[in-house]
Amino acid sequence: MAAWQPPAGWRRISAVNNSLIGKWYLLTAFAFFGFAGVLALLIRTQLAVPDNDFLSMRFYNQVFTLHGTAMMFLFAIPIFEAVAILILPEMLGARDLPFPRLSAFGFWCFAIGGVFVCGSILFDAAPDGGWFMYPPLSSDPGQTGIGTDIWLLGLSFIEVASIAAAIELIVGVLKCRPPGMRINLMPLYCWYVLVVAGMILFAFPPLIAGDLLLEMERAFGWAFFDADRGGDPLLWQHLFWIFGHPEVYIIFLPSIALIATMLPALSRAPVVGHSWVVLSAIGVAFLSFGLWVHHMFTTGLPDISLGFFSAASEAVAIPTGIQIFCLLATLLVGRAKLSVPLLFAGGALAVFVFGGLTGVMVAVVPFDYQAHDSYFVVAHLHYTLIGGMLFPVFAAVCYWYPFVTDRVLSERLGRWSFWLIFAGFNITFLPMHWTGILGMPRRVWTYAEEMGWHGLNLTSTIGSYILAAGIAVLAFDVLRPKGRQSPAPADPWGAPTLEWAREVPRRPWGIRSVPVISSRYPLWQQPGLANEVLRGEWFLSDSPDADREMIVTDILDARPMFVQRVPGPGFVTILAAASLGAVFILATFHLWLAAVLAGAVFLVATLRWLWTGAGGLPSAPTRDCGRGLVLPLYASGNGSVGWWAMFITMIGDSTAFAGLVFAYVFFWTLHGSFPPPGTAPPAAVTLWLGTALLAGSWGMLVAASAAMSRRVVALCCCALAPLPAGAGVAVLAGAAWSAGLDPTRHAYDATVWVLTLWIGAHVAGGIVMQLYSWARLLARHMDADHDAELRNTVLYWNFLIVQAAATFALIGLFPLVSGGVP
Amino acid sequence: MRMPKHIWLALVGGLAGCDGRHSWLAGAGAEARLIEDLFWPFLIGAVAIWTAVMVFAVIAFRRRPKGSDERIGRAIILWGGGVLPAVVVAALLITGLLTLRAMASRPSALTVHVDAEQWWWRVIYETPDGKVFSANEIRLPLGKTTLLMLTSDDVIHSFWAPALGGKLDMIPGRTNRMTLTPVRTGRWGGLCAEFCGAAHAQMRFEVVVMEPDAFRDWLVAESEPAAPSALRMERGLSLFLDEGCAACHTVRGTQANGRVGPDLTHLAARGRIGAGLLALSDANLRRWITHTTDVKPGVRMPSYPAMPPDDLDQITQFLMALE
Repeated sequence: MAAWQPPAGWRRISAVNNSLIGKWYLLTAFAFFGFAGVLALLIRTQLAVPDNDFLSMRFYNQVFTLHGTAMMFLFAIPIFEAVAILILPEMLGARDLPFPRLSAFGFWCFAIGGVFVCGSILFDAAPDGGWFMYPPLSSDPGQTGIGTDIWLLGLSFIEVASIAAAIELIVGVLKCRPPGMRINLMPLYCWYVLVVAGMILFAFPPLIAGDLLLEMERAFGWAFFDADRGGDPLLWQHLFWIFGHPEVYIIFLPSIALIATMLPALSRAPVVGHSWVVLSAIGVAFLSFGLWVHHMFTTGLPDISLGFFSAASEAVAIPTGIQIFCLLATLLVGRAKLSVPLLFAGGALAVFVFGGLTGVMVAVVPFDYQAHDSYFVVAHLHYTLIGGMLFPVFAAVCYWYPFVTDRVLSERLGRWSFWLIFAGFNITFLPMHWTGILGMPRRVWTYAEEMGWHGLNLTSTIGSYILAAGIAVLAFDVLRPKGRQSPAPADPWGAPTLEWAREVPRRPWGIRSVPVISSRYPLWQQPGLANEVLRGEWFLSDSPDADREMIVTDILDARPMFVQRVPGPGFVTILAAASLGAVFILATFHLWLAAVLAGAVFLVATLRWLWTGAGGLPSAPTRDCGRGLVLPLYASGNGSVGWWAMFITMIGDSTAFAGLVFAYVFFWTLHGSFPPPGTAPPAAVTLWLGTALLAGSWGMLVAASAAMSRRVVALCCCALAPLPAGAGVAVLAGAAWSAGLDPTRHAYDATVWVLTLWIGAHVAGGIVMQLYSWARLLARHMDADHDAELRNTVLYWNFLIVQAAATFALIGLFPLVSGGVP
Repeated sequence: MRMPKHIWLALVGGLAGCDGRHSWLAGAGAEARLIEDLFWPFLIGAVAIWTAVMVFAVIAFRRRPKGSDERIGRAIILWGGGVLPAVVVAALLITGLLTLRAMASRPSALTVHVDAEQWWWRVIYETPDGKVFSANEIRLPLGKTTLLMLTSDDVIHSFWAPALGGKLDMIPGRTNRMTLTPVRTGRWGGLCAEFCGAAHAQMRFEVVVMEPDAFRDWLVAESEPAAPSALRMERGLSLFLDEGCAACHTVRGTQANGRVGPDLTHLAARGRIGAGLLALSDANLRRWITHTTDVKPGVRMPSYPAMPPDDLDQITQFLMALE
C-alpha cells in the first residue's frame, strides 16, 4: 500500500492522490470565493450612499464584472468538482478516481487560469463588460480592452479543466463502483455527480464555441456579431445562455446532492422517494437545456417563442419541488437532532425556496419586462445561488470536516456564523427586491440622490458586512490550529455511506479493502462491514507489485471486470497545465510565436504523460484480489476506462462543433439567403475530395486495428494514415480559399472558415494520435492483445469523420437545397 | 387586485423617501398597470407558499414518529412537491400569456423612433409633415397609445421607463417595437437597463406625459427652428460654432448641424441636460460645460475647463434661450 504515499517535502506538489488534489482544489476555490467576496464588499461600499466616489467608474465596472465571473467560474462550478474529487472515490469504496493525473492537471489549470483572470485587476486590466460579455460592446477592442481577451481566453482554459473533471467524474461513477453496487444501489450523491457532469459536458462546449467566435472577431476582425457585416449580436446571447442556464443547475444540483447525502445521517432515516429524487434530478437536467431564452425575454423575440420558453421555465419548478419535498419528507419520518450542518441546510431551504418563488415570477414574460436587469433580478439570483449553493456547501464543510482533517469544528462558532450569515444575507438581499421595483437597474456604479434608492442601498450595504462577518467566523473556525484537539471518531455522524468506513488518522490509499455492496446504506444495512473493511478482509487489500491498483466494474451491475493500474505522482501534469496555460496567456497578448512554442511544450508534455502512464503491458495477466476474486490486469476497447473517457470527451467535443453548426443555421434563418447573394460556396467537388481523403485516413486506421495480429501491416497503416489526412485538410482549406472567402467580410465567409479551421485542428490532433499509436506499436507497448491506444484513436477518428461529413453536408450540400446560390 | 396606493407609498416611500418616478408601481401607463396587476397576487401567493413550506419544515423537524411511515412521506412528495407546484406554475403561465396578449394588441396613434447612442437617446417623432428631431426627453400624449421603434447603432442598450411599462432591448441590426399608453400626466424617469459600457449608469431620459392638446402644440413648436431670440445672440452663437460644439450638435436655423450628439434646437424647453442627468439650470449648464467628464465619466463630449468666464456666460445664455 506504500505505493499510494504522496512524495514528501516540496515535491508534494507533484502528488496526484484525490485526497490531496481535492483538498487543494477546495482551498483554491474558497480563496477565489474570498477574493470575489471582497469585490462584493467594494461594490456594496460604493453603493452605500448616492453619488459616491469611493470607486471610479472604470474600476467599478471591472469589479462587478470580476465579481460575477469569479463567483461563477472560479467558485461555484469548481467547488462541485473539488468536493466530488475529495469524497466521491471514498464514497464508492474506490482508492482514487480513474485518471489521477487528469485530476491534478485540471486542478493546476484551474489555479493558473484563475490567478491569471483575477490578477488582472491589480494591473487595472480586468474584464469590464459584465460577466455575460455581450457583443458588440465586448467585440470592440476599442471599448473593452485586454480584460475581455483575458476573460475569453482565461475562462476557456478553465472550462477545459472543468470538462476534464467532468469526464473523470462520469467515468468514476460509471466504472469505479465497488463490486455489487448496482446502479440502483448507488448513493444519491453519485447520481447527482453523474447528472451534473453530464450537463457540464453539454453546457460548456457551446460557450467554448462562442468564446472562439468572439475572440476571432476581437483578434482578427472575423465577422460574427457585427450586424453591418451579416453577423448578429444575438448569436452570442444564444450560445452564452445555452451554457448559462444549465450552468445555474450545474451549481444547484450538486448542492442538493450534498444535503441529500447528509440528511440521512442527520435525521437517522433513509431518503424517502430515492427514485423520485433521481428522476427529478434527471428531469431538471433535461429541462435546463430548454429554457435559456428566459434570459432574453426583452430582446424582442416573437411572442410564440417567449410563450414556449416561459412554459419550460415554469415547468422546472415541478422536479425541483419534488426534490425539496423528498428531503422534507425524510426530515418528517426521521428523528433529526439540531446540528450546525442541519442549521445550514435549513437556511438553504428558507433562502432557496424564496428565490424559487421569485424565479417563477420572473419566468412570467410580462413580469420579466419590468424585473429583467433590475435589482429585483439581482436579489432573485442571489437568493437562488446563495440558498441553492452557498448554504449547502457550508453545511457540507461542517459535516465532512472530520473526514478531511480528523478534527471537528466548534458547535458554538458554527451557530454564530450561521446566524450572522443568515441575518446578513437577508438584510442585504431582501431590500434589493424593492430597490428593483423602484427602478434601479443592475450594473450602475453610482446613482443620484433624487432617485430615492439610498435608504434601501444603505441597508443592503450594512447587511453585506454582517454577512461577511459570518463567513469570517466560519473561516476562522476552519483554519484555526486544532493541534490539541483529540482526533475525531471515525464516523462522528453515524453515517451510512462508505466514506466513513475510514482509518483514523486518514491514509492516502482511501478505503482499506474494497467490499461487496448489497444495499443503498451499506454502513447501516450491512452490519460489521466497516470492521471487515478496516481489517483488510475484502478485496485488493494490498498489491504485490507495489502498484497503485483499483477495481473497475461494469456500468449497470458493477460486476468486477479488471484491475486498473493508475499512475503515481509526477511533474509532467504540472508542466502540461503550465504550458497549456502559457498558450492561452500568450495568445491574450498576441505573442503568437511564443504561444506556438508553449503549445509545442504542451504537446511534448502530454505525450510524455501518456507514454509513462500506467497503461503499458502488465507484469502478469491477472491479479488475485483476495477471497478468490481473480481479475485481468489489462483491458482495451469499450471495457477500459480510457475508451469511455475518449467517448465522453468526443461527445463534449461534438457539442462544441454543434455550436458552430448552430451559428451557421442561425445565420441562415436570419438572412434567408445564406451564402449571401454574390457569394458562391466552396466547390462541392473539392469538398467531396477533401472529405474522401479524410475518410481514407480513417479507413487505414480501422484496417490497422483489424490487422493487429500482423504487426507489419498495422505498422504500415498507422505510419501512412497521416498522409491522406493532411492532404484532405489541405484540399478543404483550398476549397474555401479558391472560393474567395474572406472571413473579415461577411458572417458567411467567417463561419465557413471557422468550420474548416475546426476540422483542420481536429485532423492535426488525429494525426498526432496516429503517429503515437505507430510509436507504441514500434516500441512494442502494443500488441494484438494489448491495443487500448489504437482503439481509442479509432474512436476519436469515428467522431472526427462524422464531424467532417456534417461540415461537408452543411457547406457543400445545404446551400443547394436552401437556395443560397445566386 | 390593486392595493391602495397610499399603503404602498407609506411602505416603501417611508423606507426610501422616493417620489416613485421610476417605480414599476407608479401606475403611469396602461402597460405598467397590467404588470402591476400581476405583482400583488404574486407577492401574496409567494409569501403564503413560503410560510407554509417553512411551517411544514419546522413540524417535520420537531415530530418524533413512532414507526417509519414512508406512506405519509410519499403523499407529501406527490402533493407538496408535484401537484402544488404544477398548479401554481400553470396558473402563472396562463395569466402571464393572457397579459402578454393584452399588451400586444393595442393599435397606435403615434410613432416615435428612439435610437440609443453611447450614452444618450436620439428621439424622432413621425408626423404627417415629416420627422421632428429631439433628444433625451420623450413627450407622449395622455391616453393615446404610442408605438416606439427602438434601435441602436453602437452596442446593445435597453429602453426602460418603469412607471409606464416594461423594458425592451435596442440591438444593432434590429428594430424592436414596443407600445406605451400613458394614463397619468407628469414627468417620469427612464434609463438604460442593459450594460452598455463606460457611462451606462448615467444614461437616462425623461418621459413627459401631456394632455393631447398640449402635446400637439408642443410638437408643432418642437418642429420649428431655434427661437429667434436665441439666434439674435450673436456672440453666444458664434462661440457655440467656434468652440466646436457644432461639430456634434444641431441647432436648427444655424450652421450647427452635427449629428454625433443630441439635437439642441429646443434644449431649454427640456427638463434636464446630460441625458437626464442634471436639472436644466444656468448653474448646471455651466458645470456640465466645464466639468463634463467629472459629472459623467466616460462621456464622449470633452470638458471645457479653461473657458473664459465671459465666454461661458455668453454660451450659457445662448443655450438657455433655445426654448
